[in-house]
Amino acid sequence: MRIYFKYIQVLFRSEMVYKKSFILLCIGQFFVPFSIFFAMFLLFDQFGNLEGWDFYEVALLFGVIHLSFAISEMFFRGFDGFSTLVVNGEFDRILVRPRSTVLQVLGSKIDFTRIARILQGLFVLSLALTHIEIQWTFLKGMTVFFMIIGGIAIMSGLFIIFASMCFWTVQGLEIANIFTDGGREMTQYPLTIYAKGFRIFFTLIIPFGMVNYVPMQFLMDQTHQVSIIYAFAPLYGLLFLIPSLMIWRFGVLRYKSTGS
Amino acid sequence: MIELEGISKTYRIPVRSKGVGGAIKALFKREYEVVQALKGISFKINPGEIVGYIGPNGAGKSTTIKIMSGILVPDDGKCQIGGQVPWQDRKAYVGKIGVVFGQRSQLWWDVPVMDSFELLKEIYDMTNAQYERSFNELCDALELRSFLDHPVRQLSLGQRMRCEIAAALLHEPEILFLDEPTIGLDAVSKIAVRQFIRHINAKRGVTVILTTHDMSDIEALASRIMMIGKGEILYDGSLESLKRTYIKSKTITVDHHDYKGEVQIEGVTLISQGRERTILKVDTSERSIAHVVSDLTDQLSLKDVTIENEAIEDIVIRLYQDHQI
Repeated sequence: MRIYFKYIQVLFRSEMVYKKSFILLCIGQFFVPFSIFFAMFLLFDQFGNLEGWDFYEVALLFGVIHLSFAISEMFFRGFDGFSTLVVNGEFDRILVRPRSTVLQVLGSKIDFTRIARILQGLFVLSLALTHIEIQWTFLKGMTVFFMIIGGIAIMSGLFIIFASMCFWTVQGLEIANIFTDGGREMTQYPLTIYAKGFRIFFTLIIPFGMVNYVPMQFLMDQTHQVSIIYAFAPLYGLLFLIPSLMIWRFGVLRYKSTGS
Repeated sequence: MIELEGISKTYRIPVRSKGVGGAIKALFKREYEVVQALKGISFKINPGEIVGYIGPNGAGKSTTIKIMSGILVPDDGKCQIGGQVPWQDRKAYVGKIGVVFGQRSQLWWDVPVMDSFELLKEIYDMTNAQYERSFNELCDALELRSFLDHPVRQLSLGQRMRCEIAAALLHEPEILFLDEPTIGLDAVSKIAVRQFIRHINAKRGVTVILTTHDMSDIEALASRIMMIGKGEILYDGSLESLKRTYIKSKTITVDHHDYKGEVQIEGVTLISQGRERTILKVDTSERSIAHVVSDLTDQLSLKDVTIENEAIEDIVIRLYQDHQI
């Protein structure tokens, strides 16, 4: 952990060399998702609700997923842009240093400008939390927290999986964005509005649903069975990291045998 | 210390056919070309040796270095370095080696050099005492102190290379792999780098394996050279014996007083003849230098004589030709 903070320190100092560009990028990062949010607001203003979900409920989901995504993008940037590390041979350097490859890739890049998106996500989330009609309990508060954690885990897992693909090919990785950016765009709405097969896939395989409509039912007291399961469902997202890291390890082994 | 036995490695390189049709075909069925990078190479290196590892591009130098530094796993063969197999237990092994890839930096580009060193201290989990000792020694020997607080991107190539080498040696490794450490450097920096390598080899007893295209690096540093070509070790021995085996001629440059006639000496090739300077190539297997010089004295009134060995580059080119690389 100490070494990770040391990496952050060095990366932050590097970032601060280019202060102006940092500030400009931050401003951009703040307003892009904001415009999406504003469009959503206009939509609800016109139609009132979305299959029974009102504006603040959807805003809660929007806030959670954008916050998770922003945090994940900030700290997992090294995986997001991993193909460059392979192409320019930086990964060889990582292999000759006595630390875990995951830690070193994490430490290779942090996108500090995402702090603006994090703030934006927090802004929307607090707007939703203060207006939504929910009987708050301590556990419900925890559930919101779990949703964010679970969301970070799923996004980060996806970044790791797509980074691992670079060990097989460095071409055609644009498809990865369907799952990361696409996943974010999709889960800013409740998954119940999508087709069933689609929903099952994104609840059990890539478990976005577990940080989306499933815990939401608990927050809104709409669960019929054992509600505690719904409360902790977001933590299922953490399990997604296990196969992700397995694929990563497998990819590293392949790299060591093919060298490309 | 280092022992390789029958190490071989093949790569599969995807072959791309030309045009759009080829690109579409490649989507469904990839064709591969199999390239055998190493064909069962073996060698031993003792602690404290400096070995020059040479060979043309694509001969297998980088592959060997990658295998020895644990980045690549060979298809076949045994490799033991410092009692360990490089590609097993990576984290424990790589603490013992230092690697400089001449063309790629290992330093953090936008921050002062000092920050890179401090981060490396953490990465290699060094104690303060160990770090201070090693850091001071390297700073003194490589004269780094004047630019420690400059960002790496502002350093000259020579300064940067000195920092790269210091970074590779900071954790006091037993073995140092240098992949083209003098590439692109000016003459002064090259000499400084060579001097330092000799110094650290003598002082710490570091085993050094160095690849280079610059033969003067080898002449200045390595007592032993290994030459690889097409995945095989073609020569492994001292530089002296390479010279003895392969140097077949010497060049004699004679400065003399005005002479208009033609020099007639047995067993030499006349390279150029002017009124005051004559250059000859002597095939030493046919006539000894002493005889040629005595003949020259008879015919010319000498002012100065220089006798030169063939440049090592030429020897290596001949070696390549002999093995048809």
